[in-house]
Amino acid sequence: METAVFIVCALIVLAGGLGVVSSRNPVHAALSLIATLFGIAVLFLNLGAELLAVVQVIVYTGAIVVLILFVMMLLGVDREEDLDTEPLVGQRLLAGLIGLLFLGAILAIIIVGKESIVTGSHSVTSAISPTVSNITQIGTELFTTYVFPLEITAGLLTIAVVGAVVLSRRPRDLEPIPEPESMTDMGDEPLTAIPEEGAH
Amino acid sequence: MFGGDPLLSGHVDLAVVLIVILKVVAVFAFLLVATMLMIWFERKVVSDFQNRVGPNTAGPFGILQTLADGIKFFFKEDLIPDRAERRVFILAPLLTVVPAFLLFTIVPFGGDFSNGHDGSVEIFGHTTYLQLADPAIGILFALAMSSIAVYGVMLAGWSSGSKYPLIGSVRASAQMVSYEAALGLSVCAVVLTTGTLSTHGIVMAQAGSGWGGFIPHWNLIAAGFVPFVVFLLASQAELNRPPFDLVEAEQELVGSYHTEYSSIRFALFFVAEFMNSVTMAAIIVTLFLGGPAGPVLLGPGWLWGVIWFLLKMTAFLFLFVWVRSTVPRVRYDQLMDLGWKVLIPLSLGWLLLLATFWVARDQHWNGFITVAIGAVVGLTGYGLLKASIATSKARRLEGVVD
Repeated sequence: METAVFIVCALIVLAGGLGVVSSRNPVHAALSLIATLFGIAVLFLNLGAELLAVVQVIVYTGAIVVLILFVMMLLGVDREEDLDTEPLVGQRLLAGLIGLLFLGAILAIIIVGKESIVTGSHSVTSAISPTVSNITQIGTELFTTYVFPLEITAGLLTIAVVGAVVLSRRPRDLEPIPEPESMTDMGDEPLTAIPEEGAH
Repeated sequence: MFGGDPLLSGHVDLAVVLIVILKVVAVFAFLLVATMLMIWFERKVVSDFQNRVGPNTAGPFGILQTLADGIKFFFKEDLIPDRAERRVFILAPLLTVVPAFLLFTIVPFGGDFSNGHDGSVEIFGHTTYLQLADPAIGILFALAMSSIAVYGVMLAGWSSGSKYPLIGSVRASAQMVSYEAALGLSVCAVVLTTGTLSTHGIVMAQAGSGWGGFIPHWNLIAAGFVPFVVFLLASQAELNRPPFDLVEAEQELVGSYHTEYSSIRFALFFVAEFMNSVTMAAIIVTLFLGGPAGPVLLGPGWLWGVIWFLLKMTAFLFLFVWVRSTVPRVRYDQLMDLGWKVLIPLSLGWLLLLATFWVARDQHWNGFITVAIGAVVGLTGYGLLKASIATSKARRLEGVVD
């Protein structure tokens, strides 16, 4: 059962990832990203990490991708893009090579390490104490062992928000650039009166 | 993994699977019928408010009007605009309906919670709760579903390839993202009061004879009235219901994100909207009014659970319709001001005050002094917020900033 769920989700995650890379339309790419993130959420559920799964959906699918889509629609960059020409020459070749290298490294670890490697099996990722729910455990750890990193992160996020507001609301230039001659009212005649040239 | 439901804690055999399927079908049917009746109820009550008759032809009191409309929608021509993004256009209504259905799965809708009973019922020799699922993450699942409900609206507007739907959907996403924070913070207050995320646990914590034997233990009182009020307002904005229905302000945006939709695809949006109203009422009842908990007068206890649940839910649905037919639509800047400058600071401050209160209780501090200090800190924060809003307004009027 677990393996079946894993295979289905892995396929969805991979298909979504491919869709992100190969979609011509940015909105389709964002939709593929949603599929990927959902697949990962179900994978978390499969490992018994319910809180992670639901946080994945709330934070990534429900907020971050919504913002990505929102910005795309507001700025109107939702047009089809030309995928045939590379913006950076040699980028795709390099990406492919590095991808292959990573795949090779992972395969090598699995082949060399045999049983002793971390495979994401339950022995590694299961709860510290099976009787207490993992929400309680994460909460306790966050507010006892990791309380300092938590506070630092909170501070960092606050600084980021304040910074964004300050950057986007710059004081207006106090001496505005004068308007071009042709558009200013010289006081001689009303602007609405357009000099007639020739007959209509 | 499956949470607290005793049905799934033991050995899972064929009977258990059949019971789960039965519950799925029952909840599905209940939600569809409730939505159908809600549409009729809303039309009828709004007509009464406006001195009209309303639907009165199909069935007694026009109760079958929704069914007739549904059948008509099935047989209408299904148009897809030429400039629409075909695949996304077809996908969008489905993305609206599915979260609306899933949201109801965690709502407890019956069971005997009186005299220390835990609301479980016996079906074919198996013990189970009268709710489809009781995951440990409980109410977080509801937040997750309401946060992905925005996709349907957003993509519908974008994929129509038309201006008004796009404006409507951009408004909708801004509004829904803004109000989600207030919604989540007021849910936090409930979770803090009851100490559990599971919806069944939240109902259990509110059951019992209550203070003085007759004032129920509802979170409405236990968490203070503020989270309830914030949740009620934020839920209306989240549902895009009047007075927060700027998303489909007809005078400005024609029909907003579903302008280009016709036939059954439009019907799906319509159904999802009312289904969300029903579910939101059910969730308010679960969070703040004890869900199906209530006294058993005579007959089977689980049935009284269902009756109390339906009564409380109907009261809220009436409130929704009442608000819709009497309160005028707010302006867009008022909407954003209410969300960001009133509801979020209010619910955040209240959450901190509640947390202080609970810590003081655990540590045996002097409760009165602790809450007084908390209130002073809260008021200082409120003053600072006021001052900063006033400063920014003054600077905007001076023309120093945009």
